Amino acid sequence: MTMPFGYASPEQQVRDRSEYARKGIARGRSVIVRSYSDGILFVAENPSSTLHKISEIYDRVAFAAVGKYNEFENLRTAGVRMMDVRGYMYDRRDVTGRALANFYAQTLGTIFTDSIKPYEVELVVAEVGQEAASDQIYRLTYDGSIADERGFVAIGGQSEQVSTSLKEHHADSQPLAAALRVAVNALRAGTPPGGNGDRVLSSANLEVAMLDRTRSRRLFKRIFGPQLDLLLAESAESAESAG
Amino acid sequence: MADPAGVARRLPSVFMTPGTSSFTEFLATAAPDLLPGARESLPVAVTEVAHGTTIVAVTFPGGVIMAGDRRATMGNVIAQRDVEKVFHADEYSCVGYAGTAGIGADLVRLYQVELEHYEKIEGSTLSLDAKANRLSFMIKNNLGMALQGLAVIPLYAGYDPDTRKGRIFSYDITGSRAEETGFHAIGSGSVFARGALKKRVRVDLTPQDATRVCVDALYDAADDDSATGGPDLIRRIYPVVASVTEDGFRRFTDDEVGVVVNTVVADRMTNPGG
Repeated sequence: MTMPFGYASPEQQVRDRSEYARKGIARGRSVIVRSYSDGILFVAENPSSTLHKISEIYDRVAFAAVGKYNEFENLRTAGVRMMDVRGYMYDRRDVTGRALANFYAQTLGTIFTDSIKPYEVELVVAEVGQEAASDQIYRLTYDGSIADERGFVAIGGQSEQVSTSLKEHHADSQPLAAALRVAVNALRAGTPPGGNGDRVLSSANLEVAMLDRTRSRRLFKRIFGPQLDLLLAESAESAESAG
Repeated sequence: MADPAGVARRLPSVFMTPGTSSFTEFLATAAPDLLPGARESLPVAVTEVAHGTTIVAVTFPGGVIMAGDRRATMGNVIAQRDVEKVFHADEYSCVGYAGTAGIGADLVRLYQVELEHYEKIEGSTLSLDAKANRLSFMIKNNLGMALQGLAVIPLYAGYDPDTRKGRIFSYDITGSRAEETGFHAIGSGSVFARGALKKRVRVDLTPQDATRVCVDALYDAADDDSATGGPDLIRRIYPVVASVTEDGFRRFTDDEVGVVVNTVVADRMTNPGG
C-alpha cells in the first residue's frame, strides 16, 4: 500500500502536537497552587505586575496559568464570562470550580484535536470550600486532560523539581507565612533553563494571591507591594523559628 | 431558556471572542433574553405592581451615607414591609432605587455584575464617574418600559479615591445623570425628605451625624407620604443604612440602626416636627 505524500498517522500527529505544546510550556516559569490553613494560596514567579498569571474568576473560584499569555488570557476571559452568566442566571452559590474545569477540559480537548496548533498552556482551577476538606484543585493540561489534585500542584516548565520540593515540605495546615515560605523555596528549586539557581525571589518578581475562606463574598485577594514585603519578611522569620 | 454555556462541547465562540469588558454588552450578544430590558412592549400601561419608595443620601467629609425605608406599595396596599432598596454596588459605591420594584431589583443585580465583571476582566476598577455613566446607560435602556408605567429611578453614591470625597449621582427616567452636592432624595417621599435634609445637612457632619440626618429625613418622609414606611418599632424593621468611605462599603447592622432610630423616635415624642 502506498502512503499519500505528507501522510502522518494519528499517533504521530498527537505526539507532534504534544511535543509542540510541552516545549512552549517548558519555557515558562512555574506557578504553585496549594492549600494552607485558611484556604488556597497561589504563588507565581512573574516579573510583570500587570500581566497576571493568577486571577479571580468568581466568589470562591480562581485560576492560575502558565504558557502563552494570549492563549490563557483568552481562556480566562471566557471563564469569567461564563461564570458571571451562570451566577446571574442561577445564583452566586451555584457557580462551581468543577463546572469551570469541565468547560476548560472540553475546550482544550477540542482545540487540541481540531486546531492547526494546540494551546501551549497549563491551567489550574481552584475552588475554596467552607472547610479544608471541601477545597478543590484541578489541573488541566494542553490536551484537555484533567486531574483532581490534593494539597498542592505545580505547573510550568520546572514543575517536577518544584513538586519534589513541595512534597517534602508541604502540609495542608500550614499558616499563611509558612505556606508562602514553602512555596517560594519550591519555586527557587525549579531552575529555569539557562537561569540562575540562586536568584532572589522578592515582591518585585512574585505574584501572590489567595482564596481566603475567612473573608466574605468575594474570597479572592491579591497580596502585593508593601503588604507582600511584610508577609515575605514574616515568612522568613517563621523559617528561623522553625529551625 | 437554554443555558448559553451548558450544551456545547466547548465554550461557544462568543465566550472566546476578545472585545468587550462590559457584562451587559456581552449578555446582549450571548444571551439577550437574560437582559432586564428584553421584554416585549405591553399592550397597556401597567399600574398594579409593587413600587419602592424613598431613598436618601448625605455626604460627609470622607464618605457618604445612603438610607432607604423598607416599604413597597401596590396602589393603596402595602406590598411588602421589609423590602430592601439600598444595595452594595461594589467595594466603593452603593445604589438604591425608587419605582417599580421588580425592575429595580433586576437592574441592581445586573449593575452589580457589570461592575464586578469589568474589575475581573480588566484587573482594575472603573472610575466613580464611569460607574455612574454605566448606570445611566442601563436606565436609558429601560425608557420603553418606563413610558409604559414601569419606571425605575436609581440613586448612586460612592467614595471617589481620586478626590477622597463622597459623591452622589441622581438620574431621571431617560438616564440623564446629575451630580448632587451634599445630599439628595428620590422616590415618592423625596419632597419631604429633601426638605428635611436641606434644614439639617452641614458641611462638617460626622458619619454618625450623617446617619442621624438620613434617619430623620426618612422619618419626615414617612410622616407625610403614605407610601414611605416609618421605622417599625414593633417588628424591629428599620431603614437600611449603608456607608461608603475609604475603608469601603459597609451596611449597618439592625442593632446599630436601631439605636439611631430609637433616639429619633424618642426626640419626636417631645417634638413631633423634629
